[in-house]
Amino acid sequence: MKQRVTLNINGTEEEVYAEPWWSLAQVLREEFGLGGTKIACNTGDCGACTVLLDGKAVRSCLILAVKAQGRKVVTIEGLRGKDGGLHPLQQAFMEHFAVQCGYCTPGMILTAKSLLDENPAPTEEEVREGMSGNLCRCTGYAKIVEAVMAASARMRGEHR
Amino acid sequence: MHFKYLTPNTIPQAMALLARHKTRATVMAGGTDLVVKMRSRAIDPAYVVDLSNIPGLDFIDFNPRDGLNIGALASIRALETSTLVGKQYPVLQSAAHQLASPAIRNMATLGGNLCNASPSADMAPGLIALAAKARIAGPEGETFMPLEEFFSGPGKTALKAGQVLVGIQVPASQASMQAVYLKHARSSIELAVVGVAAGVILDSDGRSCKDVRIVLGAVAPTPMRARKAEAALLGKKLDDKAIVEAAEIAAGEARPISDVRASADYRTEMVRVFTGRALRVAAGIAS
Repeated sequence: MKQRVTLNINGTEEEVYAEPWWSLAQVLREEFGLGGTKIACNTGDCGACTVLLDGKAVRSCLILAVKAQGRKVVTIEGLRGKDGGLHPLQQAFMEHFAVQCGYCTPGMILTAKSLLDENPAPTEEEVREGMSGNLCRCTGYAKIVEAVMAASARMRGEHR
Repeated sequence: MHFKYLTPNTIPQAMALLARHKTRATVMAGGTDLVVKMRSRAIDPAYVVDLSNIPGLDFIDFNPRDGLNIGALASIRALETSTLVGKQYPVLQSAAHQLASPAIRNMATLGGNLCNASPSADMAPGLIALAAKARIAGPEGETFMPLEEFFSGPGKTALKAGQVLVGIQVPASQASMQAVYLKHARSSIELAVVGVAAGVILDSDGRSCKDVRIVLGAVAPTPMRARKAEAALLGKKLDDKAIVEAAEIAAGEARPISDVRASADYRTEMVRVFTGRALRVAAGIAS
């Protein structure tokens, strides 16, 4: 039987009736039309479904929607820069050509967001480590690491 | 997947639900292992009892009398980033760091990693090396069980119907143990092909072995101590020769299977290699 779930998605209080076995990824995509969250492996290995749950990167394919009751979810659609435009990470991914087919990109960017929130000035090694759970089938890793390093520098500059 | 999702607010409520539904119920913590198992139909429970609404299970605490207490719902990420754990029991910080990926570690819990009872569970060998005890709540009250007795087979624990793992305790005396966990895998996101924890307490002479534990993961139906290898080292001078011999004995004790990740022969050989490496690091004679 479907259960009522209330949660905050990208800053808006939302309500949905979900079967207990529906994943958060599935509900974001199919009930809320937020297709930026990708489902690829559906086993937690690839990182394409990464969203922020209460500010931390998690695998939305491994979280039951009912388990997200009362929590804050941010998807790639909800990520914004301070001026309401693109977030520095989104900007840097574009400028550094860190997007090829694009399927891993939302998960990459949200993982990087979680990483930079915890560690605003990571070394390249720390970025590689922090992003190690996200797979890019196009193998565009070098550009992705460059983009995260560039965004990190830009974000620190903004705070000065 | 087709189940009722239950969210008890207290341990007694959780125990009552588990006692009522017995094998038809499964416990959820972070869910990172459980959802995968349910989706692949490896298990198909009628009831999922999610413990995450129960307050007081998500903590890490140290005091000199009890040692380290970790709540079952403490996340692997919390263990990885805890300065307390890093200072007193660095082997646990290192094991947490080697478990899956950052996003999994944000959700996955210590209790979940142990109750999932995978032979390759990354948190088990280091904790067993540190003589950790499982704190179990049950209808007859709270009991402690050595963690090495907690696992009864792949995916199986010693928990009886109605019992819940509520935490882990590591004795304060083990803070003097030099311990290390080495995971042999293609990358941390992979399951361990072989995992080895070695813990050593040296005598006051700084050379001979006062206490030693060697714990092997992914090479038997449960995490296992290499007791013959331990016995061969106890009281001996912990030099390269003794370590080479102990590693050989440990390889003989392992009971690995062949599967998609490695053959039994390869695992046996890797037990020898990684036991040697782990002991050298623990003994402070790593080259």
